[in-house]
Amino acid sequence: MKDVCLDVEGKRLIDRVSLTLFPETISLFMGPSGAGKSLLLRLLHGLLSPSRGSITWAGRVLDDRMRKRQAMVFQNPVMLNRSVLANLTFVLRLVDNNHPHVAMELLERVALRQHARQPAMELSGGERQRLAIAKALAVQPEVLFLDEAMSHLDPPSVTLIEELILQQQRQGIKVIMVSHDLGQIQRLADEIFFVHQGQLVEHAVAQTFFANPQSFPAQLFLQSQSWSKTFYQE
Amino acid sequence: MTDLSDVFFLAISLVLSGNNDLLEIVALSLRVSLTAVGCAVLVGMPLGAAVGLGRFPGKNIIVLFFNAMMGIPPVVVGLFVYMMVSKSGPLGWLDILYTPTAMITAQFILITPIIASLTRQVIEDLHQHHAQQFRSLCVPRHVAILELLREGRTSLLTTAMAGLGRAMAEVGAVIIVGGNINHLTRVMTTAIALETSKGDLALALALGIVLLAMSLIINSAVMGLRNRAPSVIGTVS
Repeated sequence: MKDVCLDVEGKRLIDRVSLTLFPETISLFMGPSGAGKSLLLRLLHGLLSPSRGSITWAGRVLDDRMRKRQAMVFQNPVMLNRSVLANLTFVLRLVDNNHPHVAMELLERVALRQHARQPAMELSGGERQRLAIAKALAVQPEVLFLDEAMSHLDPPSVTLIEELILQQQRQGIKVIMVSHDLGQIQRLADEIFFVHQGQLVEHAVAQTFFANPQSFPAQLFLQSQSWSKTFYQE
Repeated sequence: MTDLSDVFFLAISLVLSGNNDLLEIVALSLRVSLTAVGCAVLVGMPLGAAVGLGRFPGKNIIVLFFNAMMGIPPVVVGLFVYMMVSKSGPLGWLDILYTPTAMITAQFILITPIIASLTRQVIEDLHQHHAQQFRSLCVPRHVAILELLREGRTSLLTTAMAGLGRAMAEVGAVIIVGGNINHLTRVMTTAIALETSKGDLALALALGIVLLAMSLIINSAVMGLRNRAPSVIGTVS
């Protein structure tokens, strides 16, 4: 991503962001609400086009062929009004991999095998998100985007999804995610991109970032997060 | 009061006895309205879907036109079709004036905008809901359209039934282009108007009862479908 800007209705939402992502790591965008993290994910995945600047993957401009090797899990998963299995086979058909055992294996991985015939609309929030992860994995992506995919989920679902993410990363899949959960960020992230008011203000290895944040917005953000964590614990 | 109750019981007995005239009128009504709805669905739904999914200059004007046409008075449609298919009209050579075909044409013109407009709304809402996911998955456009139509099947069926309800209840257009000819173009609504003016309230009331029953069945079916399926856009947790 080089010198990327995104303007919407005359307002600059992303301001001259340049960054380089490396394979087989978990890159995490963090920052306050409205900073532009999700927009950056959408720009990287090609769901939005930059107003200025360029985005390339391995030196090539992102096209449909390349995007087919990527998958994105959204904060609010969108389901088709049919069974869990049918939702998954819809994606498998798109990637010409619609074998019954593949669908059932994927459902097994996200602990939804027993819900295969159930209408997807009847799933709980956590189960829906697990189905969304299964759909993303069905694409066999090289790059997996997760946009606050674990917000408001129950702890068992979070643990399961985190384990799946780590598995993907171990298999060589690039994971790019947005999260607000400091504990989760520390558990998963290899590197942090800190975004503030549409600008990338800091990029560091996760451990370094948490030990010694360099930018003032990042310091303030981490302080406020740890303060609120202490407050709620007390 | 005695007269009215006599009329009511006579009407009920006509309905229950399966009076031939009554059955003929009901059958023609169904044939005309169902054919008109079928044609309107074939034209209106793809048209509505195309407008709902398309981004092109003048889209708002088309949407406005569809919406305006939803409220067009049936007599105006009847007059328009009459002028088109009368002997001196541009389509006079078709020789369909005072035939069920002319009535189907009028009803088709009347309900196609309703079906197109409601379909556009359904598809547009669904598309807005699924657009990012479909784009992320690189779903081909034709697959996206088919999936959206499948997703909106309950709402689209409701749309078709709304069209059928409008067609069945319509009188102004079919009386102009059909002429209310006995055994040829007499449908329930035109027969009710005629029999009432002649003072044959029993047959008029019998037809009214059948029409009301049909309207109730259609509306019950619509309500049942709506209750059975979740709302089009209420699918996000």
